[in-house]
Amino acid sequence: MKSFTVAKAVTALMLAGLVLLPLYSQASGNIFILTLFTRIVILALAAASLNLIMGFGGMMSFGHAAYLGIGGYAVGMLAQEGVGSGFIQFPVALAASAIYALVIGALSLRTRGVYFIMITLAFAQMAYYVASGLARYGGDDGLTVYKRSDFSGLVNLSNRTQFYYLCLACLFAVIFLIWRIVNSRFGLVVQGLRSNEQRMQAIGFPAKRYQLVCFVISGTMCGLAGALLANNTDFVSPAVMYWTRSGDLMVMVILGGMGTLFGPVMGAVVFLLLEEFLSQLTEYWALIMGPLLLLIVLFGRGGIMGLLGRLNRG
Amino acid sequence: MLLVVEQFLNGLQFGLLLFLLAAGLTLVFGIMDLVNLAHGSLYMMGAYFAATFAAWTGSFLLGALLALGATLVLGIVLEMGALRHLYGRDHLDHVLATFGLILFFNEAVRLIWGPAGLALPLPAWLTVPVPILPGIHYPAYRLAIIVVALLVALLLYLGVMRTRIGMLIRAGASNREMIGALGINIKLLYTLVFGLGAALAGLAGMMQAPILTVQIGMGENILILAFVIIVIGGIGSIRGAFLAAIFVGMIDTLGRAFLPNLLRQVLSGAAASTAAPALSSMLIYLLMAIVLVVRPEGLFPANRR
Repeated sequence: MKSFTVAKAVTALMLAGLVLLPLYSQASGNIFILTLFTRIVILALAAASLNLIMGFGGMMSFGHAAYLGIGGYAVGMLAQEGVGSGFIQFPVALAASAIYALVIGALSLRTRGVYFIMITLAFAQMAYYVASGLARYGGDDGLTVYKRSDFSGLVNLSNRTQFYYLCLACLFAVIFLIWRIVNSRFGLVVQGLRSNEQRMQAIGFPAKRYQLVCFVISGTMCGLAGALLANNTDFVSPAVMYWTRSGDLMVMVILGGMGTLFGPVMGAVVFLLLEEFLSQLTEYWALIMGPLLLLIVLFGRGGIMGLLGRLNRG
Repeated sequence: MLLVVEQFLNGLQFGLLLFLLAAGLTLVFGIMDLVNLAHGSLYMMGAYFAATFAAWTGSFLLGALLALGATLVLGIVLEMGALRHLYGRDHLDHVLATFGLILFFNEAVRLIWGPAGLALPLPAWLTVPVPILPGIHYPAYRLAIIVVALLVALLLYLGVMRTRIGMLIRAGASNREMIGALGINIKLLYTLVFGLGAALAGLAGMMQAPILTVQIGMGENILILAFVIIVIGGIGSIRGAFLAAIFVGMIDTLGRAFLPNLLRQVLSGAAASTAAPALSSMLIYLLMAIVLVVRPEGLFPANRR
């Protein structure tokens, strides 16, 4: 376990890079890279939360972007109604995501396999339409967040560097939490359910209850990402919840390596940098991205983490 | 009365259109065990092909016919080039790979036809209102959609239940190794089924095209409705898809048409006009949730082995 592996080295390098990025940004005067990486860190947080149910729990949720929207709308709506304090906005965002996850999870977990994929997708799409119908909060056009969440001097979200480090701290905290969950008794039961639900039930574990709790934890974490995302863009719109965004999150998880702790972070970094790079190269970047995805699915088993693991063995 | 009949027919027409899309999806899933998100892209391609060919030939019918062939060919090429390699893989792989295909198709359409939508004008003989009941007229084109879709549904039913190919398709759905061992070219069969599904999606797309504009991403929202339908109807079941499609089409259309008025009688005007659009777009998802609670495998599960 303690031995040196390529995967560990690359992960450590990436994490060091993420921590030191603001220094580079300050030294080179490149502000754009900090903005880009704030977005990357937030979406990495969302991908990590998805990985908890997808990679460790075997629940293929195709509606994870809904939480990004719910967390974001919680911040945006409260800000519009004059509640600017982050100490209220963030707990509300998390609670709203948890409640949504509880209801959706309780319904969706009655099904499995491809039904589960489609159900979570359909519910997220429902959330999308509901947000589009909210005329008071901008409807289709979305809602501008004029003032970022106010943490009364503790941390200033309008300061780029402070906001970046807040997001990074949230990401690390969530990954630490996932690590603790995965290695706890609870986490082992959930992973056992992924491998063989019938057997686990036969030993006497109430399968659905464990899965539902895991689903809610994951949704709450993603709600946090949503609240941060709304602060990052100063804007929240139904488009945040559109199903292609859920697809993007899934791709990040798979690309990085499903069921690994840092895989989703790596996936998010690579996916979003690739998107950025390709979109600068050509306006039609999806023309390359699409077939690339197909190739990754066909030939890239285990994602980047799997690839790095193989490097080590060979 | 007039409004009720009209909305009822609109619901039927929308439901039948959804059936064409859902039938292909459920066939491909039931037989190849393949989740094809790119089905909506085939719907979109059908509409774009029809608009293009109709403009070239100057004839609506000829354009539609050519477009039908083109989507069939596109489906076959897609199956042989990419999707064939996904059979037997995890469903998650299907979702991701076909998600990639959606990105590709949307971008390819943007590249070829440009970001602005196209229009597919109707020939004059399809725009006249037809009297269906004394004093009630209904657009001929929407009636034509109903007739064509019903005809296709009937042909599909006869094809699957009464012909040799249909028998092989059903046999392939229940045990693919066995039918392969009996000397049936299962690869060819799969390609044919996929092509058929693609053509059905394309047909739905081109029939919807004159009513809505032909635009990028048009297949995505309706694809999710098709998913809802096959989940309600039971995956792999054509009969389930048919009934669920009509049901969903009706509820969606009637809900959008009458829910605002119903709500206005219960709630205050302002509250009703905010709640109505959100609630009416939620209706079918609520329906799906109820079906799942009562029958998690859908109303007409196909694999009762």
